[in-house]
Amino acid sequence: MIVLWTDALIFMLILIMLALTFYLREKDHIKRPLQTIVASKIGMASLVILLFFVLIGLLDSIHFKPANDKSNEIISLLDYWATPLREHGEKTYSAPFAATLYSKEMIILTDGSTLWGYPRLQFGGIHLTDPETQRIPDILQKAFYGLAQGVGLTGILIFLIRLLLVKRNKCLMLSPTAKTVWMMVFFFVSMTYALIYLSAYYHVLGTDKVGEDVFYQAVKSIRTGLVIGTLTTLIMLPMSIVFGILAGFFRGWVDDVIQYIYTTLNSIPGVLLIAASILMVQVYMANHEQDFTSVVVRADMRLLFLCMILGVTSWTGLCRLLRAETLKLREMEYVQAAQALGVTQVMILVRHILPNVMHIVLISVVLDFSSLVLAEAVLSYINIGVDPTTYSWGNMINGARLEMAREPIVWWSLTAAFVFMFALVLAANLFADVVQDAFDPRRGHSG
Amino acid sequence: MNPPLLTIEHLSVTFNQQLKVVDDISFTINRGETFALVGESGSGKSITALSVLRLQPSSARLSAAVIELDDDNLLHRSELELCGIRGRRIGLIFQDPMSSLNPVMTIGSQVEEVIKIHFSLSKELMQQRVLNLLRQVEIPDPEQRIKDYPHQLSGGQRQRVMIAIALAGMPDLLIADEPTTSLDVTIQAQIMALLKNIQHQTGMALWLISHDLALVSTVADRVAVMQRGKIVETGIPQELFVNPKHPYTKKLLAALPSIDNAGKNKAFSLKAQVNAPLLQVTDYKVYYPIRKGIFKRVAGYVRAVDGVNLEIYPGKTLALVGESGCGKTTLGKSLLNLIPEHSGRVMLEGVELNNLTGERLRLKRANIQIVFQDPFSSMNPRMLVNDIIAEGLRALHPEFNSAYRKARVLQLLRQVGLPEDSALRYPHEFSGGQRQRICIARALAVEPKLIICDEPTSALDVSVQAQIIQLLKTLQQEKGVSYLFITHDLAVVAEIADDVAVMHQGKIIEWGSVRQVLTEPENSYTRKLIEAAPVFKSEKIRKN
Repeated sequence: MIVLWTDALIFMLILIMLALTFYLREKDHIKRPLQTIVASKIGMASLVILLFFVLIGLLDSIHFKPANDKSNEIISLLDYWATPLREHGEKTYSAPFAATLYSKEMIILTDGSTLWGYPRLQFGGIHLTDPETQRIPDILQKAFYGLAQGVGLTGILIFLIRLLLVKRNKCLMLSPTAKTVWMMVFFFVSMTYALIYLSAYYHVLGTDKVGEDVFYQAVKSIRTGLVIGTLTTLIMLPMSIVFGILAGFFRGWVDDVIQYIYTTLNSIPGVLLIAASILMVQVYMANHEQDFTSVVVRADMRLLFLCMILGVTSWTGLCRLLRAETLKLREMEYVQAAQALGVTQVMILVRHILPNVMHIVLISVVLDFSSLVLAEAVLSYINIGVDPTTYSWGNMINGARLEMAREPIVWWSLTAAFVFMFALVLAANLFADVVQDAFDPRRGHSG
Repeated sequence: MNPPLLTIEHLSVTFNQQLKVVDDISFTINRGETFALVGESGSGKSITALSVLRLQPSSARLSAAVIELDDDNLLHRSELELCGIRGRRIGLIFQDPMSSLNPVMTIGSQVEEVIKIHFSLSKELMQQRVLNLLRQVEIPDPEQRIKDYPHQLSGGQRQRVMIAIALAGMPDLLIADEPTTSLDVTIQAQIMALLKNIQHQTGMALWLISHDLALVSTVADRVAVMQRGKIVETGIPQELFVNPKHPYTKKLLAALPSIDNAGKNKAFSLKAQVNAPLLQVTDYKVYYPIRKGIFKRVAGYVRAVDGVNLEIYPGKTLALVGESGCGKTTLGKSLLNLIPEHSGRVMLEGVELNNLTGERLRLKRANIQIVFQDPFSSMNPRMLVNDIIAEGLRALHPEFNSAYRKARVLQLLRQVGLPEDSALRYPHEFSGGQRQRICIARALAVEPKLIICDEPTSALDVSVQAQIIQLLKTLQQEKGVSYLFITHDLAVVAEIADDVAVMHQGKIIEWGSVRQVLTEPENSYTRKLIEAAPVFKSEKIRKN
């Protein structure tokens, strides 16, 4: 198994989150908002969608070199399971669910004559003898089959899980949103099963310019979007928390220095910093060729550096908020009582200030996630985002620029990227709204 | 016998279909009389007043048989008609004038607003009316003040503006909801005198809502006592306060601190002291610099504490009295080094605190602890009570292990009269009085020699106040801890203090034993304070 840099950081993040959940589970001031979140249907539905995306991202983060493959390729677990899809590349563009290429070509028939028409695909719809008439009924039939199998399997699975849980954990069944959660899970798993079933026979979302399956690309891009959203936050959080709290608590010259730093950093156009950083990474990789043996490793390093520089340029917003909140908390009487009790200043910061600003941190993290995913798309557009060989929605949209100008128009690449990105960002935003409302201290929660 | 001005019968207000905040009350208010509705916080007095005007919160449901203002059934009036009654026939004054006045409008325009709604006058006449009203409420120099904003006036002046706004509609009934609670004692006396004066001039009825029984006893014609939404007793002050019939009224009256108790359970006076003082403060100054100009040059100083000399003896209580702004809280907090810019000598147990630095200073300062005024914000809402009380132990005695700390916390909870399972709960689950007990336990945990109590009971009800004062006295007897009791309430001073220091504009103008200062004050300012305090003397009422 090969552990890339971003993989390592992702797993570390998962561990930290699990540890934090475990630690905060019993704390009353976190329990109450969490109960509010669990009681919200929209919150739980968007959480289910987010968890699906996270699961796909995690599957895509386990990299290894396949034993039987002679090439020096590093693939992930998701690649391995999606192997037929990965390797069934066409020649060029083809529409979703099509059996022929998108444009006319010179076809050389078996008997030697030529024909100017739409050539058949190599992998999509090859089981059809007469594409014109058979295609639509075949699609419907296969879709129905796939859906039925998916529904059946999911139904049995959920039934078994319910049987198991009904003895142990009543609350999972009885809470009002439990039904929503189970229905979302049911819906998603059966849809996914149907799609996977169909994709063995057709290119569900078509193929792009080099013939690669668009559905595969979109699914692979999930990891990139998630990595940028979460790793950037991981890098940004310690800086903004430490600087914000120090500036607000100690005031004086500490406050002045930190304010100068973040005001200056805020005034520099972020795009320039990001461009400079990516350039530096490329120069470094060119100079140390032996360390970066494969394309995957190079692309991963570039992604990592992109996350780092995005984190370094975006900590200022949260830092300001935390500084303001710390200024207010500093004058609270319990901080003064702690000083009178002889508590050292470091302990006051850790035990009094930090827990009371956590709600701002939480809201900020969830809100920033969606804006970072969108930012990646923009950066790819101006070529200072991820490596062009990395699968990302930004790269797909970038490539769609010229496709839109084509006649006839190629719309599926852009649409696929848009739909997936929209789903992730919408789910994240809805979840962020619910989290924000739950943690808002003015909403009648005491404390 | 004139028909009553306001008749209320069987009024009930329910929150969320279950909680009966006002439970079937009935009373009447006659023309020109002062009616007082007293009770502790949460008894439903303010909601009653708001319900009469149908201003109760939307989650509250109102039901009444009769609400009649001078034969006009208010229950059947539409919202539009009720707008014509609010302000015009019934005026309303609120408790906190700063949040009741719009900070971005001048006071002149706020008074004018009321006149505009109810009367149609020309511009000159309106201006005249506003000036007359401001003169009536005794605001000096009204022509200048009319353009001022609320933040440019003092608390007493803002309350006068509120009264002017209420009077602008020329109402028959004025409802005053705790009008003087946030004001100083002398200002309070002036505002009450003003209200009485206006009553005599206009023949207006006054409905006073308050928790201050002493104040009510001096101004009211009739009093009704409320407990948990019900009126338990009604009567004239002469009968009600001298011979209360209902046990709740008796309890309230018994809990009232009284100046008569000054020095009763303390046998020592200042001159008989033989011990060395625990805390000796010499020439203490806290000056805040006023910086003006581009370069922030120091143009002058605000002398918050101006050369104060104090002595506190072990096991004794020194009360520091004064009005708001005199510097007593500043003095208390800066003794704990919570306000670092100070000068002067502080000797604690003979050790000069200025000579110590760093770690030794931190440990020595822990001999002085503080209990704050507001029990709601003086504890970290995210910490368990156990951690709050053990915080000092953790910081100053790292050698104690957690089992010892836990045992100590339980012991402290027992001493302040709280159940043992409180240790695993959060502060918001307790009432105000209980929270104050937790704060006292927190202060006691590190075994201080001196506790500075910064108005610890002003935010509490009368009966809870009596309990807290009793607790403090018991702890003093058991542990020999001294108190520096900062307060503005002379009656509380009488209950708890051995010695009194009166502070005015940063200086101590009188200092002596409590009996001497409260019965034979030497300074004229002290005399003014004592006179202004609504003293609850039963003999005084019997004479009247």
